[in-house]
Amino acid sequence: MSKYVPSLLFAAFIVTAFYFNIAFGRNIGVTFWSFFKEMMVFMPLMFILVGLFDVWFPREKVERHIGTESGIKGTFWVILLAMLQAGPLYAAFPVAYLLWKKGCSIKNTFVFLGAFSTLKIPMLSFEIGFLGLKFSLLRTLLTLPVFILIAAIMEIYLRDKNFEIKEPDALNPRTTKAAA
Amino acid sequence: MFLAILPAILNVLILVSIFLFLVPQETIAGLLGKDSGFSGMMLAAVIGSISLIPAPISYPLAAVLVKCGVSYKIIAVFITTLMMVGVLTLPLEIKYFGVRVSLMRNALSFIGAIAIGALMGIFL
Repeated sequence: MSKYVPSLLFAAFIVTAFYFNIAFGRNIGVTFWSFFKEMMVFMPLMFILVGLFDVWFPREKVERHIGTESGIKGTFWVILLAMLQAGPLYAAFPVAYLLWKKGCSIKNTFVFLGAFSTLKIPMLSFEIGFLGLKFSLLRTLLTLPVFILIAAIMEIYLRDKNFEIKEPDALNPRTTKAAA
Repeated sequence: MFLAILPAILNVLILVSIFLFLVPQETIAGLLGKDSGFSGMMLAAVIGSISLIPAPISYPLAAVLVKCGVSYKIIAVFITTLMMVGVLTLPLEIKYFGVRVSLMRNALSFIGAIAIGALMGIFL
């Protein structure tokens, strides 16, 4: 419960600001609310997807597609998976953790993060709508090799460094209790 | 799982809301509007990195910037850093990937975004 102290203080501040009509408090409150709404739409969806993924995809199956040995086909598969997601970058971290836990290679885990952040289909529809097909197509074609290269660099760098993705304490009640 | 991570995300959103009040989006748009060249791209990259603007807001904003005469390469750098580099979400990223890997991913993405912008400048 103590984890909610900053949120509760913030809520008290915003309620006070609205009650006494303090302009800057109202401003911050309105901005917060727009982010909060987006999060409330995307985050539970992401976690439902994460849950379903956990149940539906056995480790061996994912390993075959996107494991260390899977090469270009695995990369293609992981990009496709990322394109079908929705939500802000921080929503991708739990999915990346799960992919990695399921045997996804380091390179393909970072390819997932790259593709998630830049090639999501819901986002691309916004991009084409506001900036045009030519801009979107060119940016997509230029971004693809860039994040694959970044992922390759990460893999080469981390190959023999005992890299692991952690599940944050907040997600594991037992660790949290032990720490508190 | 969602409820467990909720307080961390709420804290990120609170920080962003306060930050966006201190640095209003009009100021961000204004600073990006006049510059071009490498300094403009660097500025766009830095602002894109420290901002957290959801796609339904960032793309209309980008379209407005284009109308204000901002070049496409700067828009590309801004959009790409906005998507790939997250300074405000770094605390959350570090919880999953650790300090070193998170900083490295963000730094490489920052450089990558500049490269993408420079190439966009050649083609558009």
